[in-house]
Amino acid sequence: MIKFDQSTPIYIQIMQKIKADIVSGKLKGGDKLPSVREISESFKVNPNTVQRVFIELEREGITYPQRGIGTFVCEGPEVINQLKTTLAMGYTKRFMDEMIELGLSENEIIECIKKVVEGSKDENT
Amino acid sequence: MRILESGGIYKNYFKKRVLAGIGINIESGKIVGLLGPNGSGKTTFLKLLTGLARPNAGSIRICGTEVGYRTKELVSYLPDSDFLYPWMKVKDAKKVYSSFFNDFKSEKFDELIEFMKLDNDMDVKALSRGMKEKLGLSLTLARDAKLTILDEPLNGVDPIAREQILGAILKGFNYEGSILITSQLVNEVERILDEVYLLKDGKIELSGDAEEIRNIRNMTLDEVYREVFAC
Repeated sequence: MIKFDQSTPIYIQIMQKIKADIVSGKLKGGDKLPSVREISESFKVNPNTVQRVFIELEREGITYPQRGIGTFVCEGPEVINQLKTTLAMGYTKRFMDEMIELGLSENEIIECIKKVVEGSKDENT
Repeated sequence: MRILESGGIYKNYFKKRVLAGIGINIESGKIVGLLGPNGSGKTTFLKLLTGLARPNAGSIRICGTEVGYRTKELVSYLPDSDFLYPWMKVKDAKKVYSSFFNDFKSEKFDELIEFMKLDNDMDVKALSRGMKEKLGLSLTLARDAKLTILDEPLNGVDPIAREQILGAILKGFNYEGSILITSQLVNEVERILDEVYLLKDGKIELSGDAEEIRNIRNMTLDEVYREVFAC
């Protein structure tokens, strides 16, 4: 059973999970999403919560419904690119907020990022 | 459609007042939680819904019909105590249910017990507490009832089995009907609830849409519960 973060509504967390799957390529343009029932059973959440996820994803232009068949991921690289950008910006902003809370200056933060990037390069070689 | 409509319900056991003017309404397609500490009146309220006890005042209608023998076929009830005979096998319990209830679906039952890793040839007396709970739940959910009432389905069950039970509830959920579920494990059930009623000393202390309550108070239902019942 996946753990939900307490501070964010469950439907938003499920949306983020689906968006992450789209960006990472686990779900591709034109793929059919699992049904409300399937998602509800696998995440162990209320089916109406899942319904809300579907409505919001559709509203954001990420999926489209096919009457009687199911919900599909929109095709085209724009959708994925835009999602990737929004998600990446969101994570970066959260990271920045936390660093600023620690009292680091912008230059210090950039230094930190550089160190981590260098570190992971060393590990790979 | 409105599955349950109730209001102004009072119930006394002799001089002791157990329910003091409560009412709960449930629309179809909803999973509703009735939460409260021991002795707050949850099980008593459920007994009124199933017609096992009668209120001193107030009205309870299920799909528009006053509670009585005619509502028995609309309501599927999982009591919080043992209700199966120890000499039975799982398949005997299934036979009893399918002869008692027209809406009992044998295939759905088989699917549910398979999901729960039970078997038709198991003896009821050899089942552990958690397995009995799973069997009772399978019997209850295998009916296509309008109102399904689950009294403490997670009690005395280990964390893995709890997860399985939550899964089975969602699997067995009939979207045209509703489920009313009581539990003290708020943390575990809150993610499957549409609406909640918090019951304290026979009165409704707080009620509403689960997501809305979480949003407004910026707390999980578990935290809200702790705040309401702390003193």
